[in-house]
Amino acid sequence: MTLQEPTNSKSISIVVAGSGGAGAMTTGNTLFDSAAKLGWHGSLTRTLGPQIRGGEAAALLRLTSEPNTGPDDYYQVMLAIDWKNVERFAPEIPLRPDSLIICDSGAGDVPEVIAQSGAKIVQFPIAKAAKKVKKGRPNMVALGILAHLTNIPEVLISETLGQKLGAKGDQVLQTSLATVAIGRELAADMKVLASIETEPLKKGDHWIISGNQAAGLGALNGGIRFVAAYPITPATEVLEWLAPALPEVGGVLVQAEDELSSINMIIGSSYGGVPALTATSGPGLALMIESLGLAVAAEVPLVVVNVMRGGPSTGIPTKSEQSDLNIAVYGLHGDAPHLVLAPLSVEDCLFCLQWSVYLAEAMQVPAIVLSDQMMGQARAVISRPTPHDMVAKREVAHDPGDNYQRYAVTESGISPMSIPGIDGGQYTADGLEHSPSGLPSSQTEHHAEQMDKRLRKLTRFDYADHWADISGDGQLAIITWGSTTSAAQEAVARLQQNGVHAKLIALRLITPAQPGKMAAALIGIDKIMVIEQSHSAQLFGFLKAHYEFSASIKTFHRPGPLVIRPGEIVNQIQEWS
Amino acid sequence: MIDMISCEQIAPKTSPWSATDYKSKLKPIWCPGCGDFSVLMAVTKAMEALQLAPKDLAVVSGIGCSSRIPAYTSCYGFHGVHGRSLPVAAGLKAARPDLTVLCTGGDGDGFSIGGNHFMHACRRNLDITYVVMDNQVYGMTKGQASPTTAPDWDNPLTPGGTGISPFFPLVIALAAGANFLARGFSGDPEGTAHIIKQAIEYPGFSFVHVLSPCVTYRPEQKEWRNMVRPSPVEATTDSARAARRLMTDDGFNIGVLFRGDRQPFNLHHGASKAASSYDFGAQFEI
Repeated sequence: MTLQEPTNSKSISIVVAGSGGAGAMTTGNTLFDSAAKLGWHGSLTRTLGPQIRGGEAAALLRLTSEPNTGPDDYYQVMLAIDWKNVERFAPEIPLRPDSLIICDSGAGDVPEVIAQSGAKIVQFPIAKAAKKVKKGRPNMVALGILAHLTNIPEVLISETLGQKLGAKGDQVLQTSLATVAIGRELAADMKVLASIETEPLKKGDHWIISGNQAAGLGALNGGIRFVAAYPITPATEVLEWLAPALPEVGGVLVQAEDELSSINMIIGSSYGGVPALTATSGPGLALMIESLGLAVAAEVPLVVVNVMRGGPSTGIPTKSEQSDLNIAVYGLHGDAPHLVLAPLSVEDCLFCLQWSVYLAEAMQVPAIVLSDQMMGQARAVISRPTPHDMVAKREVAHDPGDNYQRYAVTESGISPMSIPGIDGGQYTADGLEHSPSGLPSSQTEHHAEQMDKRLRKLTRFDYADHWADISGDGQLAIITWGSTTSAAQEAVARLQQNGVHAKLIALRLITPAQPGKMAAALIGIDKIMVIEQSHSAQLFGFLKAHYEFSASIKTFHRPGPLVIRPGEIVNQIQEWS
Repeated sequence: MIDMISCEQIAPKTSPWSATDYKSKLKPIWCPGCGDFSVLMAVTKAMEALQLAPKDLAVVSGIGCSSRIPAYTSCYGFHGVHGRSLPVAAGLKAARPDLTVLCTGGDGDGFSIGGNHFMHACRRNLDITYVVMDNQVYGMTKGQASPTTAPDWDNPLTPGGTGISPFFPLVIALAAGANFLARGFSGDPEGTAHIIKQAIEYPGFSFVHVLSPCVTYRPEQKEWRNMVRPSPVEATTDSARAARRLMTDDGFNIGVLFRGDRQPFNLHHGASKAASSYDFGAQFEI
C-alpha cells in the first residue's frame, strides 16, 4: 500500500544551501515570508555548522496549504548556491529521484552524497548571472528561481525585501530586485511546482513567529516580569526577545555572569514577589540543577526554559535532540518534586509557557520547560493566537497575623507565601529542611511532613486536560512529545487516509505523571508506539517507570540531528500491524 | 503582580526601633567566643542607627557558619546554597529596588565557590551591602584552608599548608569596581556597626571585610585584637591611591578605606503592567 498525502492539501519542501555567508538563510527567509503573505502556512528551520561565518548553512522550508509546522519526508527542491561543505549535512536533506536539484553550473560537480539520490539536476549560471547587476548577489538569483517555481508574485518579494533591507536603502533594494528578476528569467521555462490560491489575508490574521519568540511572549503573558540571562545556543533568542519587551510591561532583564548566577538571580526576584524566568540549554541546565533543588526546598516559584540541543556536554549546539528529559526529571538531588513541561509545537510554546508560569506560581515550585532547537529556532506561520487569561496568581500571605508559618502544612500542600515588605510576615527562606515556621530542622517528623506537602501540592493540583493533546482514535496509540509531535500528527492523518486509525497522545506535562488520565486515554488501545528523538529512548524509559501499560508497547527512537519524519512513523506502524 | 510587590505597612511603628528588635529568638549555632556574634550585633546596631523597618530589610546568605545570620535577624531572610548569595541578592534588589538588601557570608562562600559572583557583583554595582566575616578557615566542615588562609597553615586536607598565596578581597573588589570598601573587626562591634551603617547608606555595591576570628580552628586569631588599628588615613576617593594603600597595608587597618563615584546599576522599570496592555503581537503580523 502506498500512502499518499491527504488529497486536498498541498505541500512543497525546499532546501536552500550554501556556505556560511552565501546568503542561503536570507533567500530562505525572504521566500518564506513572501509565501506567507500569499497565504501559505508552513515553517522554516535551519541547519548550520558551528562557525558563525564560513561554515555551512541551509534553510529548510516547507510550505503547506493547511496549518502544519512539521517536516515532510523529503525535499522536492534543493537549491545550492554553492557546494561548499554540503556533505556535512547531506543526511539531513533527504532527496528522491523525483526531487529537483538546482545548482550553479560554475560550482563544479554535484557532490556524490547529493547526486546519489537520483534527483534531476538543473544547472544555471547563477553566480555569473548575478554579475549582470552591479553588486548583484547569487542568493538573489536563487530567490528569483524559487519565486518562479512557487509562483510568488514580484510584488510580494519586493514588499518582503523592502521590509528586510529597510535601513539599507532603496539602492540596495533595487539591486536585489533586479537580481531576483534575472533568476526568474533563468527559470522562465521551468514548470511551476506549487501554487496556492487564497482569499487575500487580512493583516494580522497570520503571524510568523519562532518557538523561542513564542516562549518569550507566553512567559510575558503569564506574568513573568524578571529575567536573568546568560547566552547559550539555541536558547539565546528567548532572552533577546524578552530584553526589549520586558520594560514595556514594567519588567527587567539582567545579564548574569554565568548560569549559576542566572538561576539564583531569578530565585532572588521570585522570593521578592516578582515572577521570574531564565532560558538555557543542556550545559546551562546542568549548572542550574543544584539551585533548582533550592527552589524546591524553599518553595520559590520560577520557570527555566531549556531549549534542547544535541548532548552530552557541548554536543551539537546548533541541532535538535530530545535528550534532556532525564536530567530535567531526575537531575535534582534528594526527593525534589517539581514540574517538567514540554511545548508541542512552535505555536504551543505560547500556551505552554503561559501555563508553566501559572502552574509554577500557583504551586510555588520550579518548572523546567523542555523546548528544543527544532521548534525554538523554527519560524512558523500560525493563525493569530487567541489570548489565554491564565495569569500568575501566587497565594500571598497579605495578612500574616501573629504566628505566621511560611511552610504551614496545609491540605493542598500550598502555604501562603509572605513577600518582603509585608509587615509581620518576615521569615527566612531556606535550603535547609525546616519546620512549618521556616526554622532549620533535622527532625524526622519535619522532614517527612515537609516532603509530603511538597509532593502533595503537585499531585493534588488540577491540570485539567492540558496535560496532553489527544487526537484521533483507534486501537493503536502513538505517545510522543516536543517537536516530534507534528510529524506524528501528519503520520496519523496519512494513516487515516488509508483506513488505519490511530490515536495520538502528545504529552505537555511530563512531571508529575498523570496515570489516571493516561489510563482513561488508553481505554481500548492494544498497541502503543512511543516516538522520540533520543538515543536511549528517555521518554520510553520514563513512561515505563511512571505509568502502567496493559497494551503492548514499543519504541521508535533515534538521536538527533536527524528529524523524525512522518513517513518513517507510518512505516513503523504498518510494519507492526 | 502589582499588589504582590507593593506592600504598604499597615500600622506605622511609633516608637523607634532598637537593635534587639532586629534579632530573632533563634539561638545561634556558633561556638562560644565566635567573632560572628559580634558581627550580628554590629549588623543589628547598624539597622537601629538607620531606623529601617525589618519588613523592608532582606538579609541574604549562602552556606557556612557566618551564613547562618539571616535567621538570627527579624528581617526577611534568605539562606541559599553555597556560594550564590550575591546572585540571589542581585535578583532581589534588581526586582525590588525598594528593599534594603544586605548580603552576608564567609570567606569560603564568598571568595572561593562564590568568587566569580563576587567580582561581577562589584562590577554590576547594584545598591547592595556585602558583609564578609573572614576567619581564614572553613569552620563548618571542621578546619580546612580557605582562599584567605596563609599558604603554610597546616590542616588535615592540605597537610603542611596549601602552598598557595592568599586572596586579597579588598584589592580584588577595588579592581572589579566596588564603590565602597571598608575593613572591620568583630572585636569592635560599635565601630563595625558604624561602618556597616555607612556602607548601607552609600550608593552602589559596598563591601565590608570583617576580620572575625574562629576561636575553634584558628585560636591564634585571638591575637588579632592586639594587631588591629584604626586606619591612619581618611578614606580616599582615588582608586589608584586606594590600590596602593590596599596592596601595601598589613591587613589590619580598620575603617572605611575607599569611596568611589560610580553610579549604581539602575534598572528603569515602571509599574508592572498586564502584557495585554501592550501589543506584542504587531511585530509578528504578516
